[in-house]
Order: sequence, then structure tokens, then C-alpha cells
Amino acid sequence: MDWKTPRTGGLALLAAVIVLLPLALANNYWYEVAILIGINAIVCVGLNLLIGYAGQISLGHAGFFGLGAYGSAILTARYGWPPVAALAATTAGVALLALAVGRPILKLKGHYLAMATLGMGIIISIVVVTEDRLTGGPDGMSVPAFTLFGLGLAGERAWYWVIGAALLAAVWVALNLIESPAGRALRALHGSEVGAQVSGIDATRAKVGIFVISAVFASLAGSLTAHYAGFITPGKVGFFHSIELVTMVVFGGMASTFGAVIGAATLTLLPQLLTVLKEYEMVVFGAVMVATMVFLPRGFLPSLMLEIKKKRK
Amino acid sequence: MRHKLLAILAAALFAAGTAIAQEPIRIGAFLAVTGGAAFLGDPEQKTLELYVEKLNAAGGLLGRKLQLVSYDSAGDAEKARTFVKRLIEQDKVDVIVGGSTTGETMAVVPLVEAAGVPFISLAGAVVIIEPVKKWVFKTPHTDRMACERVFLDMRARGIERIGLISGAGGFDKSMRGECLKVAPNHKIQIVADEAYGGGDTDMTAQLTKIKNTAGVQAVLNAGFGQGPAIVTKNYKQLAMNMPLYQSHGVASKEFIKLAGDAAEGVRLPAAALLVAETLPDADPQKKVVVGYSREYTARFKSDVSTFGGHAFDGLMLAAEAIRRSGSTNKEAIRSALESIKGYVGTGGVVNMSAQDHMGLDVSAFRMLEVSKGNWVLVK
Amino acid sequence: MSAQLAQYLLGGLTIGAIYALVALGFAIIYNASHVINFAQGEFVMIGGMATVSLGNAGLPLLLAIPVAVLAAAAVGLALEKFAVEPARGASVVTLIIITIGASILLRGLATLVWDKKLHALQPFSGDQPIELAGATILPQSLWVLGVTLAIVLLLSWFFSRTLTGKAMLATSHNPLAAQLCGVNTRFVLLLSFGLSAALGAIAGILIAPITLTSWDVGVMLGLKGFAAAILGGLGSGAGAVVGGLALGIVESLGAGYLSSAYKDAIAFVLLLAVLFFMPSGLFGKKSAERV
Repeated sequence: MDWKTPRTGGLALLAAVIVLLPLALANNYWYEVAILIGINAIVCVGLNLLIGYAGQISLGHAGFFGLGAYGSAILTARYGWPPVAALAATTAGVALLALAVGRPILKLKGHYLAMATLGMGIIISIVVVTEDRLTGGPDGMSVPAFTLFGLGLAGERAWYWVIGAALLAAVWVALNLIESPAGRALRALHGSEVGAQVSGIDATRAKVGIFVISAVFASLAGSLTAHYAGFITPGKVGFFHSIELVTMVVFGGMASTFGAVIGAATLTLLPQLLTVLKEYEMVVFGAVMVATMVFLPRGFLPSLMLEIKKKRK
Repeated sequence: MRHKLLAILAAALFAAGTAIAQEPIRIGAFLAVTGGAAFLGDPEQKTLELYVEKLNAAGGLLGRKLQLVSYDSAGDAEKARTFVKRLIEQDKVDVIVGGSTTGETMAVVPLVEAAGVPFISLAGAVVIIEPVKKWVFKTPHTDRMACERVFLDMRARGIERIGLISGAGGFDKSMRGECLKVAPNHKIQIVADEAYGGGDTDMTAQLTKIKNTAGVQAVLNAGFGQGPAIVTKNYKQLAMNMPLYQSHGVASKEFIKLAGDAAEGVRLPAAALLVAETLPDADPQKKVVVGYSREYTARFKSDVSTFGGHAFDGLMLAAEAIRRSGSTNKEAIRSALESIKGYVGTGGVVNMSAQDHMGLDVSAFRMLEVSKGNWVLVK
Repeated sequence: MSAQLAQYLLGGLTIGAIYALVALGFAIIYNASHVINFAQGEFVMIGGMATVSLGNAGLPLLLAIPVAVLAAAAVGLALEKFAVEPARGASVVTLIIITIGASILLRGLATLVWDKKLHALQPFSGDQPIELAGATILPQSLWVLGVTLAIVLLLSWFFSRTLTGKAMLATSHNPLAAQLCGVNTRFVLLLSFGLSAALGAIAGILIAPITLTSWDVGVMLGLKGFAAAILGGLGSGAGAVVGGLALGIVESLGAGYLSSAYKDAIAFVLLLAVLFFMPSGLFGKKSAERV
């Protein structure tokens, strides 16, 4: 087994971090931060496949996250479904929606695609806010705890391991996807769509496929969040969260699965650390975003890897 | 040698003892200081800072200083949850005052209930204290009370059929729901029910629909934020002459400044704080509201708002409970809070009980009207 | 025409004119640099807020307005110099993140320089409603429509008759060729940002007496302006104006006849529908990809 390839080496490192991290987590608050990082990372890994590898863009992914969260919430809280069934049904539903919407949307390119995904996200968040009898409206709704065959999943520590395992699974799936023929087709698409088509790749099918996969990642993360927090509000469905997610992917490094994880970790941690700045928080956050993108346009991890390669020479 | 050791030991114990005694009492807060609800969180934050300072200047509580640990949750329920976990687990606060919006408050209720920390919410919806939760209290009047107060005034003016217009926010939707629920109890019929979006800048379409509904005698805007000011301006533009009622969500001088001349004649239910100086001297609230109003205006050079007043009440109630319980034992503080009766705050006279964790009734709401650019009490 | 329809149309036209101005700002920057400036909405905010605070400081409206517009233009120039120029050649997504970061930064600065409250601006010529076809319109709305028309005419003269304007057009068609012809493309870029910022600021000042202004008024307006620009076809000035007006009217009619709660959703559904059938917007250039 070659420990240096991203697949095994990186995955092993991630697993080690997840297993050893609890030693540094002093109390439940830090577990909560770790869990939030994990959830964001799952969404980002999926989104990175779409943005980084397939070269598309989505400014509405919080919509899928929100659908996952509200789907699970509504089925369990209002209709009494068992959480596992709700999770499965919601994920399937979101996949179907992404399939239906993806085909027409992905015919668009560049800024038009950005606007279309933006519009899609906004429509979803407006529906969630307005149908308050079902969703609890802007004030949100409670979500019952996750139970598996009668065993309840509660508390930060238990959820930490669940999210950690889910993240590892997500990264594993993403890495395998990238190395597979489908993944190579995607990367060809990113290079030149016409060139790829000429080589026999069904561009639309590939793009829609990855769109659905990234939507599923987001939806799963959303469902898990709903059960973990026990409460869900429309804030997570909106435009700002979509932008946060894209920022995490771009910051960490596009076309880099582990970069997506690092991006999620950094941008989830940053607001927690910046609270000391009180009213200067927004200014500093914005400045950090601009500076990072200007000086590290390829993102954090790829730039870091480049520096390391340079030093090796 | 022995004496030296004993002396050192004694000194160390004394120092340790003093150190423990000097542990500050920690008041935790999470407020929407930025974001869409900054209208609420900003005066709340300023009020808490000002009065923690004043309490400390007066010697603190139980001989100990107060320390305010506050975070900006920006109106986001998930941020609120994370910060409340931080307050409970990391900062180890003794009591929490905060939760500018209902969404943030409800999201953290499971946390404070599980951890057993007394929590005084500054949000409006009735669902916060109904059903009553062991550790959750609140200071602002409920939106249901606002509806009832408005309906009482409408009936007194002979109004029976009204149009309702509300926005997309949590406050708006919650109040609209409550108004629809309690309207029949007051023999009020809501014959038109329109809504506008969060960032909307023109409500003439919705108001036109209401204007064209037969038999509308008055309009109630269950709104908060910038919407009501625009509704008021549009109302005048469309020459709608029937009485316009706003909600307690815009009970501030700001609203009059923003709506300009169009605000003339608008009525709303509000705490006595807004008309502090003109209250009759015999009014039980006069001393408290005038005091808060003058101190806040002097320090921050801006008009006082009822939201800041709720934060003031929350802090003072917490302080009173700590004093009564004589310790920072959370259960003791909680029971002391529940037993407070006859406390005069900016929102009204508070009578807590095991079933009522807010302690105000409809009479705590006064009916105010805009007259010549200022708030006046409607007799 | 029924009075109700007239009311909806007039309201829709007014806000549509504002969307048009913001969309024009997007179009001008996009034409010069292929960058979508997500901070465009913040120029609208700066225009309104700066005028209010200058007015409070004692400056008469006639002076406050040009000063505010110049201030916004200066911010636009700074944005180009410090955030966009250093990142030339970066990917589309990276540039989007940069301008979004800039918009967060600007909003944060707004809360520090000014405050988080809502502010009203005095209407330019009073607020006695005027009756038109059974509906009422505020005098300020007439200002909005009039100034927007004047600006559109001015801009079309600028781009077709002046040398600078033609240089900007040339840069948008083919930057390399323009450079070869002696056009200072860097200056064109700077100018486009300054001009767009000024446009946004004017829109903000025009609309503030009707809709109030605050530190975050730019977010939704920026989004709607972007939607209008896309609807009309990116890069097309006429498209931006038509897109803006269309968006405003559809919103208003949707609120009046369909559902006021879903008003925003209706506008975005319309946008998506247009994009599905005309992927380059109403007037957009059909893009040809060179292989």
C-alpha cells in the first residue's frame, strides 16, 4: 500500500485526526465545534466535486442542505416516521429533485449557471419560510432525536463519532469517484467541454450525475444536522449559507478533497475565534476572504502543497 | 520553622479563600447585535453593558463583581446554540439573559433545560413560555397580548372588521397567527390578510388589495423592522383614511422618524417606557422608566427603545433572584425568579409564578398614538 | 385600465427603474472585465447612507448628493485597485468570492462608520401623492423614473459618441485588440468600476426617500440587480434596463394578482424560465466557444 498517494495516505491521516482529536476537546462546546466542522466538511467535499473537478458552480447548495434537514424534520416530527426511513426517503427525494432540476440548469454556463443555482436556492428558502404550517416558518421547528432500532443517539460525544465516520465515508467515496472513469470524464469536461464531448463523453449526463451526487451529500449532512441539533431554522437554507459553503471550498482549494475539509474547518472555526473582535468581526472576516483569494487564488491546500514541492527541490 | 510553615499555609489558605470569594458572578448573554435583528440586539447589548457596570459600581451582588460574557448570534439560531453551549460549558456562566429573537430562543431551550441554567429570554412569541418550561423565563410582552390590547382598543372605537398585513419574519408570522386565533374572542373579523417579503420596499400592491376589500374599518400591521415604516408611508400615499395600528415591534421614536408625517394618528400597544416623561406621577412605573430612559439616553446619546428596556428588566430580575437566593446555585436562582412578585420593570409590574414565567398581563401594555411627531398615551 | 392594475404597474416601474440602474452597474463592470461584482449592492447602500449622514452633518441636499456619489465612486476605484486587479486571471469562482468578501467588508465598515439603524432621506420635492389613471404615485417615483431615463440616454451618448466611451466598448469586445489599438485597458477597468459605483450610488439616493436605507439595504437590491442583468443578457446595457423594468413589474403584478408572500419566488421562477429557453438572457450575445 502506497502511503503517499492521496487516497490511502490522506485518508489515514484524516482518520487519525478524527480518532485523536477528542484528546484535545476540553468540553461539549468544543465537541460541538468539531461536529459543525464535520458537517460542513461533508457538504464541501460534495460541492468540491461539482465546482473543483467538474468546473461547474452552484450558489444554491444550501437549498439541498435545507431540503435534507427539513425533509427529515417534517417526516419525523409531523408524520411520526422512524428517523432512518425519513432519512432514506428524504435523500431519495432530493436526488430526484436534483436530477429533474439539474438537466435544464446545467445547460447554462458561467454566470448564468451561477444565477440559476442562486435562484433555485432562493426559491427553496422562500418556500420553507412561507409554508409555516409544515415547516414552522421563520422561527423554525423542533426535531426528534435520531433513533436506530430503538436506540437513541444523543449527546455531543456520540454524535462526534457518527459525523466522523460519515466524513470518512464521504471522503472515501469522493476520492474513489475522482479516480474512476467517471471522474476522469469529469476532469476532461473541466478542461474543455467540447473536447470531452468529441472524445465521446456525454457531457450533460456527467454534469447532472455529479450535481446529483453533490446534492445528496448536502442533503445527508442536512438530515444529520437536524437530528443532532434537535431544532432547525430557515437560516441554514438561505443565500448566505450557500455563499459560506462555496467560500469554504474555494478557500481550501478547488479540485482538492482534503482542501475542502480544511476549508470547512478553517471557516467554521474562524467566527468562533473572531468573537473577541465584537463589532470588527464582519470587517475582519471580509478582509480575510478578500486577502486569501487575492494571495492564494488556488486555495489554501494546493498553495501549501506547491510551497512544499518547491522546498523539496 | 514550624511557625513559618504555618504562617505560609495560613497565608496561602487566606489568599485562596479570598480568590474564591472574588470569583465574579457570570452573566451570559447571546444577542443579535449584527444581522437583520440588530434593531433588537444593539440596544439590548448596550443596556446590559451599562447596567452591569452600574451594578458593579454599586458594589456588585453578594459582595462579588458581575462579569458579562456576551456573544453576537446575529439572529441565527445555529450560532445561538453554539454560543449557548460555549456559555454553559466553556465560560461556565451562572445565568443567561438573551435570545433577541424567538427562533434563537427556541433553539437553545433544550440546552438550558438539559444543563439546568436559568435563562431569561428577550424574545416575543408566546410559545416561549407556553407551555411553561422549568428553566425558561421571559421579559417582553407576548405577541398574543399585543393582539388583545389592539383588539380592545378597536372595540372601544366601534371597529369590527379589519384588514391584517404582516411580513415574512418570525415576529410577524407569530403575531399574525396569534391575532387570527384570538380575534373571534374579541368579536373582531379579519376580512383581509396580506403578506409582504422581508426586504420589500413597496407594499402598495398589498394595501390596494386591502383597500378594495368591502367593509374594512381598520388595518393592523403585525410587523417588525423596516416593513411597518414603508407600510405606513404607502398607507398615506394611497389615501387610506381608516385607523392604522402597528405592533409593539416598532414601538420607538425611530419609527416616527422613518415614517415621517404618515405616522400621524397611528396607534400601537407599547410599554410605558416610550412615554416615560409624560406619565402621571402616581403611575407605579414612572420612577423606573424615567430612570432607565434618562440613563440610557445620557450614555448612548440615542433614543431609548423598548427592547433595551426588556434587557434591563431581564438583568434586574436576574440580579434580584441572585440576591434573594443568596448564592449562585442555579436551582436556587431559578426558584427565586419564580417567586418574584410585584417587581416594577420597564415593561410593567411583574408577578412570576410556577405557571407564569413572564409575569405580565394585558394591562402592562399601554395604548399609544403618534401625535405631532411624538408618542402620547391614549386615555 | 383598472385603477388596481395602474397602481401595480406604477409601483413596479419605480422599483424596476432602480433594478435597472443596479443592473447597468453590473453590465458595465462585466463588459470591461468579465467580473461579476457582487459588491454592487453596497454602492447603492453607500449612496443612500452617505447622503443621510452628510445631510445630518448640515450639508444641503444639493451638495450632499454629489459628495456621496463621489465617495461611492472612490470606494469603487479602491475595490478595483486592491481587490480585483491583484487577482486578474483568477478563476470565475475565485473572483466571485473576492467580490463577496468585499461586500461583507463594506457592510462591516458601514456598521462602524454609521450605525445599524434604518434611516430616511427627505423626498426631493415633497410627498404629496399624485393621481394618475386612478392610482397614486409619489413625486419621488417621478424623480426615479426621470433620472433613470436621463442616465440611460447619457450613457448611450457616452458609449457611442465619446472617445473614452468607445474605448470602453472596444475593451469589452476584445481587450487584446483594444490594447493593440492604444487603449489603456487598465484605465478602462478602473473607470468602469468608478462609473458603476456612481450609478449604484445614484440609485440608492433616488430610492432612499421611498424605501428607507440602512447598512444592509444593498444585499437584496444587489441580488435583484444581478438577476435583472442576467435576465436582460449579461453585457447588454439595453438588456440591463429592460431586465430591470421587467423584473420590477413582474414582482409587482405577482404580488397583486398571485401571492404577496411568494412575490420574490415568482420573480426568480420567471428568471429561471427565461434562462431555460434563452440561455443567454433576453438580449445576451450568444457565446461561441473556441475549441
